[in-house]
Amino acid sequence: MKADNDYYLGIDVGSVSTDLALLDSFGNLVDKVYLRTRGKPISILKEGLKILEDKWPGIKINGVGTTGSGRYLAAVVAGADVVKNEITAHAVAASRVNSDVKTVLEIGGQDSKIIIIRDGIAVDFAMNSVCAAGTGSFLDQQAARLEIPIEEFGKYALMAERPVRIAGRCSVFAESDMIHKQQTGHDLPEIIAGLCEAMVRNYLSNVAKGKEIKPPVLFQGGVAANIGIKMAFEKELKCPVYIPEHHDVMGAIGAGLLVREFILKKKGKTKFKGFAVASLDFATRAFECEGCPNHCEIVNIFQADELIARWGYKCTKWDMLNDNTG
Amino acid sequence: MKKITFPHMADMYVPVRAFFQELGFETVVPPAISKKTLDLGVKYSPEFACLPFKINLGNFIEALERGAEIIVMGGGCGPCRFGYYAEVQEAILRELGYSFEMFVIEPGLFSNYKRIRNVFGNIPFHRLLPAARMAWKKAAAIDEIYRLVLKMRACEKKPGQVNKIYDAFIGEIDNTVSVDKIRLIKKEYEEKIKDSKAEYKRGIEIRIAIVGEIYLVLEPFVNLEIERRLGELGVVVERELYITNWLLDFLNLSGERKLMERAAGKYLANFVGGHGQDSIGHAVIYAEKAFDGVIQLAPFTCMPEIISRSILPVVSREEGIPVLSLFFDEHSADTGIQTRLEAFVDLLERRKILQEGSFCESR
Repeated sequence: MKADNDYYLGIDVGSVSTDLALLDSFGNLVDKVYLRTRGKPISILKEGLKILEDKWPGIKINGVGTTGSGRYLAAVVAGADVVKNEITAHAVAASRVNSDVKTVLEIGGQDSKIIIIRDGIAVDFAMNSVCAAGTGSFLDQQAARLEIPIEEFGKYALMAERPVRIAGRCSVFAESDMIHKQQTGHDLPEIIAGLCEAMVRNYLSNVAKGKEIKPPVLFQGGVAANIGIKMAFEKELKCPVYIPEHHDVMGAIGAGLLVREFILKKKGKTKFKGFAVASLDFATRAFECEGCPNHCEIVNIFQADELIARWGYKCTKWDMLNDNTG
Repeated sequence: MKKITFPHMADMYVPVRAFFQELGFETVVPPAISKKTLDLGVKYSPEFACLPFKINLGNFIEALERGAEIIVMGGGCGPCRFGYYAEVQEAILRELGYSFEMFVIEPGLFSNYKRIRNVFGNIPFHRLLPAARMAWKKAAAIDEIYRLVLKMRACEKKPGQVNKIYDAFIGEIDNTVSVDKIRLIKKEYEEKIKDSKAEYKRGIEIRIAIVGEIYLVLEPFVNLEIERRLGELGVVVERELYITNWLLDFLNLSGERKLMERAAGKYLANFVGGHGQDSIGHAVIYAEKAFDGVIQLAPFTCMPEIISRSILPVVSREEGIPVLSLFFDEHSADTGIQTRLEAFVDLLERRKILQEGSFCESR
């Protein structure tokens, strides 16, 4: 057994939130940080690291895993050993919480996915491809429009006696339909409950279409905090839907578990740059390459004045040479 | 003599240009497909036409701007809308004010002898066979080397090495005017690619077969370079669709169709246009060959592939092979595709390790 001073860090940089999960040497969650990304992934990530450093001074990080749509950015900023897509990360975290899990419903800020798990491994998955109706951002917007704190939003749905039917196919039309229902005199709880049901219908007929949903079902991602959506899922699926205790940081937990697995197997030294990252200066500079009609938007990432990463190009012209910084 | 142009589809321009050059025609190869091509195509196309239509149209506009006078385009009469594309594209281009002649290759080419004469003038018939031979040899060499590229990207020594060798190969094949040299060039580059072999990037061999609509399968610009991405992820890629295979099939010289139809029979017994039935049949064949997964590629609104897409989940379940369907249009973004590919490959890898019983990670 290892010293208690060995930890793993999982980082999930998503469109809406940036989450950090600190795991002990056995892979148990010891602390988590959930921050709104607010379009500033680098500074929010630094803020998250600072919070952890202040709470856990002097701890040793054995490995860092990143996931989420900002996984590559987070990896070069913090120095990561494993960079994993959010589907694998969520599947791994779900299996850890419940080793029998067969279905994972995940609704985040701008994407929603379903993962089918059999015997502990993911066998099928799907992600929303053309539409973001029914994701966290849309709920956020509606909560703001109705002047209800997002945390309270789901509770309103529970007060409804008879949900009204809202057109949930498209977020713009859903909003018009909600306004219409308000104008015809329906109660707010009934409209919110109707919206929850519409979102679940939309999810099941688009994202989860043709997938074999078997219990146990886990519901994770930021939207799992919304009790109204959970109830609507249970009503449609006719089975209990479990929400893991740390549903909001499951991606980060998965990234942490994956890096732990990787480091234990490889017995390597971490690429983590240390909590000092929080006080380093990072800058991104983008420009448009005029070399061909593709006009690639190339982004350079600098740490202090040193170029540490570059992406956005199609051809080999901008390949970084002699890059050993990783 | 009038200058000829034609639409792009991967490296097809190499044999097509060689063919017309051997006959003594001048060709205007459209500039490599770029965002500008796409923008032009999207701007002047009906919104619900599929992505290949839009890229073709962009190619034609860019080629006409560079002085092309004859457009050679494919036709057909199957259930797929492609059969009408040339006519619609011609109407759009005329409305835009371009003057050109359009030659549509319809089935039953030789019955259209008069039409060929009207557009191209007198074709020196004694040069037809050597021209066809040159084009065929180039196409066959390209397909053979690319087949190797799809395998070897998964285990190259240096990242990107195989792509660079392939680019150099295409340049040389395109430049050569001697049929005899094609074989030598092919041999040389075959060695070079084989020399780049190292361990599999993932430490394990993962094999994915690609099926779907021919243009989306062949043209890297529209499928967001999916085969290169898979190679970078350390995946061996194979497919049945190649220019030469397609041509053999078109001329009824391929035995593959019978095998495909037999394999598809249980799920889809009819021709549904394009490569819709092929997608099903080949998915079954690759499952029998113990491939780890199948990826279906198609343009958004593609009727034949929509049919196969709704059947593939059944094939996946019955044949025990994971299938990922990806549909593309001008709004498709790399990040979404990359995430799905990474997740799919992870899924296949974990599945394979578990099946082979070498999974001993303790929880």
